[in-house]
Amino acid sequence: MSEALLKLEGVHTHIGAYHILHGVDLVVPQGQLTMLLGRNGAGKTTTLRTIMGLWHASQGRITLAGQDITARQTPDIATSGVAYVPESMGIFSDLSVRENMLLAARGARTLDDIDTTRLEWIFGLFPAMKKFWNHPAGKLSGGQKQMLAVSRAIVEPRQLLLIDEPSKGLAPAIIQNMIEAFRQLKAAQTTILLVEQNFNFARQLGDSVAVMDDGRVVHSGSMAELAADESLQSRLLGLSLGAHQ
Amino acid sequence: MTSLKDMDWKPMALVPLLALAALPAVGSPSTWLTLTVAGLAMGMIVFIIASGLTLVFGLMDVLNFGHGVFIALGAFVATTVLASMGQYTTADSLWLNLLALLPAMLVAMAVAGALGLVFERFIIRPVYGMHLKQILITMGGMIIGEEMIKVIWGPEQIPLPLPEALRGAVLLGDAAVEKYRLVAVLVGAAVFAAMVWTLNRTKVGLLIRAGVQDREMVESLGYRIRRLFVGVFVAGSALAGLGGVMWGLYQQTVIPQMGAQVNVLIFIVIIIGGLGSTLGALIGALLVGLMANYTGFLVPKVALFSNIALMVAILLWRPQGVYPVTSR
Amino acid sequence: MLQRLLSKDLPRSPWLAVLLVVLFLGLAFAPFLFPGVKALNVAAKILIFVALVASFDLLLGYTGIVSFAHTMFFGIGAYGVAIALSSVEEASWGVLLLGVLCALAVSLLLSLLIGLFSLRVRAIFFAMITLAVASAFLTLASQLSDFTGGEDGLTFSVPELLSPGFELSEEPLALPWGEVNLNGKLLTYYLVFASVCAIFLTLLRIVNSPFGRVLQAIRENDFRAEALGYRTVVYRTLSNVLSASFATLAGCLLAIWLRYNGPDTSLSFEIMLDILLIVVIGGMGTLYGALVGSVLFVLAQSYLQDLLRLAGEAAEGIPLLPALLTPDRWLLWLGLLFVVSVYYFPTGIVGKLRERAVLAQLRRLK
Repeated sequence: MSEALLKLEGVHTHIGAYHILHGVDLVVPQGQLTMLLGRNGAGKTTTLRTIMGLWHASQGRITLAGQDITARQTPDIATSGVAYVPESMGIFSDLSVRENMLLAARGARTLDDIDTTRLEWIFGLFPAMKKFWNHPAGKLSGGQKQMLAVSRAIVEPRQLLLIDEPSKGLAPAIIQNMIEAFRQLKAAQTTILLVEQNFNFARQLGDSVAVMDDGRVVHSGSMAELAADESLQSRLLGLSLGAHQ
Repeated sequence: MTSLKDMDWKPMALVPLLALAALPAVGSPSTWLTLTVAGLAMGMIVFIIASGLTLVFGLMDVLNFGHGVFIALGAFVATTVLASMGQYTTADSLWLNLLALLPAMLVAMAVAGALGLVFERFIIRPVYGMHLKQILITMGGMIIGEEMIKVIWGPEQIPLPLPEALRGAVLLGDAAVEKYRLVAVLVGAAVFAAMVWTLNRTKVGLLIRAGVQDREMVESLGYRIRRLFVGVFVAGSALAGLGGVMWGLYQQTVIPQMGAQVNVLIFIVIIIGGLGSTLGALIGALLVGLMANYTGFLVPKVALFSNIALMVAILLWRPQGVYPVTSR
Repeated sequence: MLQRLLSKDLPRSPWLAVLLVVLFLGLAFAPFLFPGVKALNVAAKILIFVALVASFDLLLGYTGIVSFAHTMFFGIGAYGVAIALSSVEEASWGVLLLGVLCALAVSLLLSLLIGLFSLRVRAIFFAMITLAVASAFLTLASQLSDFTGGEDGLTFSVPELLSPGFELSEEPLALPWGEVNLNGKLLTYYLVFASVCAIFLTLLRIVNSPFGRVLQAIRENDFRAEALGYRTVVYRTLSNVLSASFATLAGCLLAIWLRYNGPDTSLSFEIMLDILLIVVIGGMGTLYGALVGSVLFVLAQSYLQDLLRLAGEAAEGIPLLPALLTPDRWLLWLGLLFVVSVYYFPTGIVGKLRERAVLAQLRRLK
């Protein structure tokens, strides 16, 4: 079992009067892809946002590579090597694809500073990025926007990727593109925490899995274990991995 | 920025449309030309002032009801600077005049910018996110500012005469076009060009454009957007100071209440333009400037109303202004 | 019975209750407690401000809307009466009433238009638009001099019963601390007093009704209110209209009292600031704050200017200080007080007193 890159211990999050996270304990092992599963409203997005510092934990501890980041501000967490792809994708529609990528490449002042091999690799994964390079991001299709959001997160190497429902609303062919991209990222030893509802997607990629319900992690273990146990699946998720497409 | 064929050109067409519509109403082409240049000049000056305000709002969701104080401060500082450079302003050489005008503008911008820094720290920062309090407190800030101007410079109006070489008019056919107004149009165009260049060709500009759309995402990409905001606020205040100098020279006189007076015009401009849009502010400002001058000539009593009517008409067409910034 | 009169909106703090009773009695018997023209003018001004600020509190404190057009409606009321009464030879009650009704009609129309048009947009747009409209109205009033008397304003006479010439008794009432003239001015004062009481109690009724509760819900979270099925635009517009109408009535009272009206008397920006200051210092969303705040503010404004003058004279010779301490710079100190209040006393005096009462109760429970 590889060591934990990200650890959440007893994290509570309040948003205004609402108590959303009730003591989340989560371990994200280094170099692996951890799936965060659960039904709607279980607190998955809130967990990601809390890690990213967009919402602050009212209680508990969050450690990244041994450092306590619970009270850190979002920009500092990002510069510690964390990339976040929100559910809404967060692309800047008035800016071109090129400008979106330039913004995400923090170290780069101009386009020439971006590592060309890396760019070529991204173009290989998502050819649409090259095709629409100078077009405003707002004109891209839903799937292409999602690809841009992921491309931004990987334009520079990062310690940890936090990704919220990347396959939502995407056509099956594009989902395959995504899966391939994540496979390649895994091969490059990137640590990923992925929130998903598409279990086929999850099963193909996940090394470990954590299931949330009512603001808590109710099960954690290896994906293989969960995939093999249908009764556990239906108990936790209400349906079996095999039946869901 | 969007490519030419994608661009929404309809709002830009409004400016020449208004100008052409006024031609038959005004009658004589030479008067029309004079009025149009006057309108464009006034519009450019208003744009200089409004551009900072609209960016501040778009970027940080802060509406500074006290923006007028930077305008007034800039103008008053200029009176002091120009008064001390008598021999430069009375000389009939354009270069010497500019040698006096330039420092006046720079000092005005510096002082207004410095006040902007203080304003942001003590008046605005404590009330981020609380719109109601922002409106109240920035108004309070403006009152204090206006009164302090009265304390320092006295409550009376002070003349701000144009330097010698910039006085008078140039004859274009039958039309008399004031020299200063041409200068104002040039300065305004230069400021606009500088803004467009910064927004589109620098990383800072990129950050501002992105931040106006989705502040959170910019932070998630690792940028300290608060620092950027302070910078934009200070720049906006400095621009307001510059606009104040130019407005003062346009009117040839400055009064402590000028901030509050111009404030209303600025708000109309940025509502027409769409909160957060630089191009929208330019179009709004030009429309307002032209409208004010045409109605000032044709039906003087309804000048301010005409601008409100213009605002209402535009809002009926596009309720969020001509170039609404895509929502977050 | 008192509970029903106050629509069950009680002070909820012993200190506040005492304060309110003192202020009420003070205003009710002002002509007799503080004889003299200046004191009576101050008292009348306080009363009118109470009505004006309380109607603004309905909009700002209870519905959460910032509108800079409040003085415009105040002015419409004042001009309505002024124009009506100055256009006739003999001032009569009928003409006065006509003026009031016309003013109310204009206010109703304008507030409806503004409300329906602007309330569909964001709060900040609304605030800016009302600022623009109010400015335009001010310019209009100064420019339509044939109609409104322009910069000089309109002077007129009021119905006989209310005019100072009308004497209830030949001899003034002699009290140990001064003489009280029993004339039309006294009657006018009580007309204003009774009207303001009626307005205030009506406002109390409105904010404590189901309608008022919906307004507060909208103020807190308009999305939620809309989701719960309340058409927020309707409620907001209604609040706007009610607030404007009461402001108009306050304006009518002002004109009746002063027998004069001009752009600076009712439409000036300074009055709008005064309203904002009073509502913030007194306490937003309390209505009683309007009473407490108005008294404090008007007293301060009337008598503190003298204090500033004295302080300015005492500071002769010190650089810059005399320029800061002159009564002309009254607005500077107002502005500072305003900014400080918004930060440190967001709930105002009434809010603070109520908080203390609650804390005291909690301590007693422990």
